[in-house]
Amino acid sequence: MSKVKLTVNGKAVAVDVEDRTLLVHLLRDHLNLTGTHVGCDTSQCGACVVHMDGRAVKSCTMLAGQADGANVTTIEGIAKGDELHPMQAAFRDNHGLQCGYCTPGMIMSAIDIVQRHGGQLDEATVRHELEGNICRCTGYHNIVKAVLDAAGRMKVAQAAE
Amino acid sequence: MYQTIYHRASSVDEAASLFAKGSEAKFLAGGQTLLPVMKQRLAAPSDVIDLGKIKELIGIEASGDTLTIKAATPHYDVATSDTAKKAIPALAYLASLIGDPAVRYRGTIGGSLANNDPAADYPAATLALGATIKTNKRTIAADDYFKGLFSTALEDGEIITQVSFPVPAKAGYAKFPHPASRFALTGVFVAQTKSGEIRVAATGASQSGVMRVPAIEAALKANWSPSAIDSVSISASGLLSDIHGSSDYRANLVKVMAQRAVAAAA
Amino acid sequence: MGVEGIGASVVRKEDKRFITGKGRYVDDIKLTGMTYAHFIRSPHAHAKVKGIDSSAALQMPGVVAVLTGRQIVDDKVGNLICGWAITSKDGSPMKMGAWPAMAPETVRFVGQAVAVVIAESKNLARDAAEAVVVDYEELPAVADVTAAVKAGAPQLHPEAPGNQVYDWVIGDEGAVDAAFSKAANVVKLDLTNNRLAPNAMEPRAAIADYDAAEEHFTLYTTSQNPHVARLVLSAFYNIAPEHKLRVIAPDVGGGFGSKIFIYPEEMVALWASKKVGRPVKWTGDRTEAFLTDAHGRDHVTHAEMAFDANNKILGLRVKTYANFGAYMSLFSSSVPTYLYATLLSGQYDIPAIHAEVIGVYTNTTPVDAYRGAGRPEASYLIERMMETAARQLKVDPAALRRQNFITQFPHQTPVIMAYDTGDFNASLDAAMKAIDYAGFADRKAKAKADGKLRGIGVSCYIEACGIAPSKAVGSLGAGVGLWESAEVRVNPVGTIEILTGSHSHGQGHETTFCQLVADRLGVPISQVSIVHGDTDKVQFGMGTYGSRSAAVGLTAILKAMEKVESKARKIAAHALEASEADIVIENGEFKVTGTDKAIAFPMVALAAYTAHNLPDGMEPGLKETAFYDPTNFTFPAGTYICELEVDAGTGKTSFVNFVAADDFGRLINPMIVEGQVHGGLAQGIGQALLEHAIYDANGQPVTASFMDYSMPRADDLPSFKLSHTTTLCPGNPLGIKGCGEAGAIGASAAVINAITDAIGKNNLEMPATPDRVWRTIHAA
Repeated sequence: MSKVKLTVNGKAVAVDVEDRTLLVHLLRDHLNLTGTHVGCDTSQCGACVVHMDGRAVKSCTMLAGQADGANVTTIEGIAKGDELHPMQAAFRDNHGLQCGYCTPGMIMSAIDIVQRHGGQLDEATVRHELEGNICRCTGYHNIVKAVLDAAGRMKVAQAAE
Repeated sequence: MYQTIYHRASSVDEAASLFAKGSEAKFLAGGQTLLPVMKQRLAAPSDVIDLGKIKELIGIEASGDTLTIKAATPHYDVATSDTAKKAIPALAYLASLIGDPAVRYRGTIGGSLANNDPAADYPAATLALGATIKTNKRTIAADDYFKGLFSTALEDGEIITQVSFPVPAKAGYAKFPHPASRFALTGVFVAQTKSGEIRVAATGASQSGVMRVPAIEAALKANWSPSAIDSVSISASGLLSDIHGSSDYRANLVKVMAQRAVAAAA
Repeated sequence: MGVEGIGASVVRKEDKRFITGKGRYVDDIKLTGMTYAHFIRSPHAHAKVKGIDSSAALQMPGVVAVLTGRQIVDDKVGNLICGWAITSKDGSPMKMGAWPAMAPETVRFVGQAVAVVIAESKNLARDAAEAVVVDYEELPAVADVTAAVKAGAPQLHPEAPGNQVYDWVIGDEGAVDAAFSKAANVVKLDLTNNRLAPNAMEPRAAIADYDAAEEHFTLYTTSQNPHVARLVLSAFYNIAPEHKLRVIAPDVGGGFGSKIFIYPEEMVALWASKKVGRPVKWTGDRTEAFLTDAHGRDHVTHAEMAFDANNKILGLRVKTYANFGAYMSLFSSSVPTYLYATLLSGQYDIPAIHAEVIGVYTNTTPVDAYRGAGRPEASYLIERMMETAARQLKVDPAALRRQNFITQFPHQTPVIMAYDTGDFNASLDAAMKAIDYAGFADRKAKAKADGKLRGIGVSCYIEACGIAPSKAVGSLGAGVGLWESAEVRVNPVGTIEILTGSHSHGQGHETTFCQLVADRLGVPISQVSIVHGDTDKVQFGMGTYGSRSAAVGLTAILKAMEKVESKARKIAAHALEASEADIVIENGEFKVTGTDKAIAFPMVALAAYTAHNLPDGMEPGLKETAFYDPTNFTFPAGTYICELEVDAGTGKTSFVNFVAADDFGRLINPMIVEGQVHGGLAQGIGQALLEHAIYDANGQPVTASFMDYSMPRADDLPSFKLSHTTTLCPGNPLGIKGCGEAGAIGASAAVINAITDAIGKNNLEMPATPDRVWRTIHAA
């Protein structure tokens, strides 16, 4: 057992976990942040993506200990109170989700994509950059639309800040 | 995953000494290969020693005719590094193709080379560029480093600290991704060194891991152009064969990817 | 239509919880005192279980119990059932071997459970599972359907000699023979319909909680049909009588058919919860999903089509071997028979059809309904056949189809189905226009000049959905009726709860079902909520599959709504002192037509509950239920056309364009309908290009993770261009046909027809992997 100290969604937490605990299980089982999902065993599906120190990572492919001292943001932490993050709003407005299971990871990956590419996004880039996130429901059509839509919204939001 | 003890090392020396203390320790770099293997209970290290936060292992430097990438530098940093893109654009491009964006944030060059997956991308560049692998104990030439599937010249407890790539006159990489795993079904890195040597390495194709491709090297020596490879025949013997690519198909891909790598070379 | 009524693309009410991480899936639920199950699964495709030694495991920390197949059989938990009886051509009933929830004696596929460890944590259960020693005696195994029917093949079940479950026929063999005898041309085709793994992104999971004082079980499970689960668990598996078993299917992360079935893991969790006296949770991982979720497809077919000298179809002859895997799953028997062969007429006027289907056991994961279930196999066969015929007869493939289209409705096919309505020319025209079919030859020539192989492929699909009229399916052997139920509860303040037996696991019912209410009453959808997925709340339900939720489930809601409106109208008329016939419902008000007299709907509701001033003899309250049983299947149909390029150097396919023109009848929410089509197309394209659940000759699965099984990713797929043509379904009052499976049914033939057009060779099996395409291009 080790004590892992990290900041999750802006809140400092300290959790005693077995060393073999993955970050995703620390979030789900110890912090009850069940929005982060597990969809595969092989680091392929991306349902578990969270942000760690500003980068989108697969929380099923990290030991909790590796996140010690880190700043982690999950799907539960991106809205500002009742105001959805522009990516969340774009997923809803473009019907970018059906069963919702891959959605948290998709949204977290998509925010990272927009942050990296800024306004330079096109459909082909979004499709390529989503290769680490699998969705079985949407055929990706509306996810791609949502990400492109959100890229515009995030630019506007950034300009406003 | 089996029980294990996690250690975060703050220096290479500390990592080496932690390794020596563990009964069956393993180094953890980005963890993008080791952790999935541990999750499937195919590896049971007594201790995992995290190299990811060792400052001396992170960074990208160019000096003279050499590009040096420190071992714990993530793929994303290599792919987006102006230094890397200027010195060896094909190498930065290769890094941009590894795994997926989340994997590229975590996976490292040292981890990739230490693991030496037969379908990993970095071994192709390392071998084709004739890189030098520096460890906490010695330096190893790429030609002496790769020893077959998941097998390298590294000794138990030896830690890769950096990889130095001679800046080539021209180099290119072309990858045909595995449709499921997104590793290389076959990837070919072609390089023309500043002294005029042609080195071509293919990953994903051979049963013995990354390999040089002498027939293509000879053809490109005579004429550095995609069409020079038209008449080359690659034997399927010794190549991997599985549900995603027969050995014949991989032999074809070695050729076609080499042509595309030459066409893209800069 | 109002802004939230029928036909409006309303954004989904359910989305907020999903996009904020507040969805509640089974694995998100924790109960006090919960234990965790880990199954011990056979590594062998076929073996005798000679002994299980759990003594070491029982000594390990945190282990609560190790339970075996012998114990579950001894406790008289029932064997798994197959709910649709099929009769062979010789009149004999289908031949089935027993399927216990955990194997006491013999395992017949890799992944079949033999025991389960219950422990204080998931990790501890898995740690202990490795200490359980199972002594297996390996037996010879067979995985391939054609190998399994050969003489001398390893035999799975003594009850099914030759591994044959049934040899079933449909249609008039004599009429077909006569048609072929006068044919000017006969086109022959051999096809494999590749086995697929459904791979809903949420792995299956179950939590069972036994209350000893009440002798009552609660099961949280990843189910598309919780009431059917309760029925089967009660009536056949002896878990508990229905009133002592509550089944809850909360948010469910996709199903695609795979979560229709009641699996051994749920049975074991329930049984184990009673045994250990604590809640038991099992969450599958992805590899378990590959090994144990029912697979789809897996047919080997020979087909022949007869044409006259004018290229009119005279007859169709089909022989299919269907791989069922090691056991007969819940609806498996119906999939390659009544859901497949009854659609073999496609969109065409075929005077005579005869099909023979041989159902076969193999040492593989059981096969059952997966998105489309039989209909994709039929559509793929017919549309590959039409393309092959066009090439052989040297006519334009679209023109050959058009020439043979059914144009008069209703149309009785020779294989049971009576198509009620459709306009196949309209959807073909729409798709051809959308893709500029006429300009394709120029584009192909231009691509050729650039060194590219370009192809176009047409697929005109039809499906039977809105499953299903109970009497009809009963006469064909179904063990259940396939109606749906609904309850409309108007609360005293005028808010409305709709309780439905349909289950939403991505389909957006919480939005579309509200839209019906908004449409009829003019109340905002925020005033309406949908309750589903809990047998304690909803009276009954048959669940969601077979594109039935709108056509059947929503119609049931409509029927209950009509009863509510009728009563509300009476109350309003009474309050307004008007004649009931003069009451109209507009914008949330009950108005006396031609006057300004009106009463708001909430006041009507309140009046119903205060009961101070109701018409004489009227019961208080405003709550009605309805059961709706459809009178026929519905027949969504359409045309998909895909244009693509093949890289001759690598065999890789890239899409240029993909158009879909569907006729789903009335659309409730076009945005959601299009989302269903996108997802279906992705699965159809996935089957055509990427997906294949593969076993080696010894029954070892080769594709048991996303490292080996190619799931469609964003960069494998194009954006789709969708359009709709409309003929309203006459079989239900809303005119709905259903849209959930169309994409998966129609897409794969379009893709393969396009690739084979591009490379100029007709024979190409799915999935058309780059290796396979490259090999076909370069084959002599």
